[in-house]
Amino acid sequence: MAEQPEQPIIATTALRKSYDGVEALRGLDLHVPAGSICGFLGRNGAGKTTTIKILLGMARPTQGEARVFGLPAHLPQTSTEIRLRTGFVGEEKDLYRYMTVAEMVRFTASFYPRWRRDLEQRYLRRFELPAERKVKALSRGMRTKLALLLAFCRGAELLILDEPTAGLDPAVAEDVLQALVTHVGAEAMTVFFSSHHIAEVEQIADRIIIIDHGRSVVAGELDDVRQAFCRVEMVFDGDAPAAVFRAPGVARVRRSGRVLTVVSGGGAEEVVSEAQALHPKSIEVVPLTLKEIFLASLAEEV
Amino acid sequence: MLFRPNPSSGVPIYLQLMEQVKYAIETGALRPGDQLPGIRPLAEELVINLNTVAKAYRELEHEGVIELRHGSGAFVAKHKRAGKPAQTLRDAQTLVAATVKRLRARGLSEEEIRRLVEAELAGYARTGGRHG
Repeated sequence: MAEQPEQPIIATTALRKSYDGVEALRGLDLHVPAGSICGFLGRNGAGKTTTIKILLGMARPTQGEARVFGLPAHLPQTSTEIRLRTGFVGEEKDLYRYMTVAEMVRFTASFYPRWRRDLEQRYLRRFELPAERKVKALSRGMRTKLALLLAFCRGAELLILDEPTAGLDPAVAEDVLQALVTHVGAEAMTVFFSSHHIAEVEQIADRIIIIDHGRSVVAGELDDVRQAFCRVEMVFDGDAPAAVFRAPGVARVRRSGRVLTVVSGGGAEEVVSEAQALHPKSIEVVPLTLKEIFLASLAEEV
Repeated sequence: MLFRPNPSSGVPIYLQLMEQVKYAIETGALRPGDQLPGIRPLAEELVINLNTVAKAYRELEHEGVIELRHGSGAFVAKHKRAGKPAQTLRDAQTLVAATVKRLRARGLSEEEIRRLVEAELAGYARTGGRHG
């Protein structure tokens, strides 16, 4: 499967950002192709929010470059165009508390010539948003839905979501995810969303990027990443040997009594053939869940 | 509901979906000529990525299990899958069922049996099932 058939929607090269001598990003390379739903994972403080700020022109990189739609994110003119074509839903939701839902919709619509009234009507109904209620009286879930509606209706080509389901109950979170899947399918757009909910990333993303300490440690199609990562467990008659595995992508080797465990990010095949040479009593290959992949890729860095 | 992939199982969702379609065909829940759900409605119903469903359908088409007709959707292939008549699979299923039963009788859990099978398959054909 050949990659880069066209210009990526988001591309950063060797992005660095320091705040008062503290490096938040340390040479981050990102690549998000058009039409994907890309989950952006990382620990707290890994650099996710900094990355998003740079993409939206809210922070300037110390070094390196970020481009969105091929446009440099740090120049004022191009940044304005990027923001016109991008819907952003962050922690703060950027809503005016004193406005009603209907006012907030009309107010936002006035800024965007490509406003989609059809979608506005559809999502007001689907999200069951009370038109006359003031924003400050909305529940957290409703606020998220309203922010999402505003992002959908501007006709944005790219949605950047910073933890869109944080603090939502599972039912509302599922509503939000379903709306995302539906909307992206119908409108051919790209979604870049950060999340701590690994299960929801597994559910709706087709690509993932895991960053750690300001660098990308895993990136690619989710299916490929999943296929690449596995755990190979060998059981020996006596104590497990202190074997060295040369297979590419071996992330971790652990000996514990009679058991030798290898976590591989480069597929099972080569690890298994090396394992066979050690003549264990049994060899098991276990697929890793995304959560385990996440944890394994962080451990690699330490 | 016919299809229910589990995103957290560690197995790629498109592979799970492919298996579930094949299983539905093998059990007769889906018959030759039957229409499968559209890519978009299925993605929405399962709340999974559209590309995941599209990938599963593409691979199934490639394997000759289903036919994708432009504009009208996906259908279970009319012709039998090359080299794997239903009888072969039914025989194999009987074999697997008997083996699983014996393993259970020895006290192995479902998880342990699954792992053993996966390890066995990984030993040979880790590159199988995918191309390109």
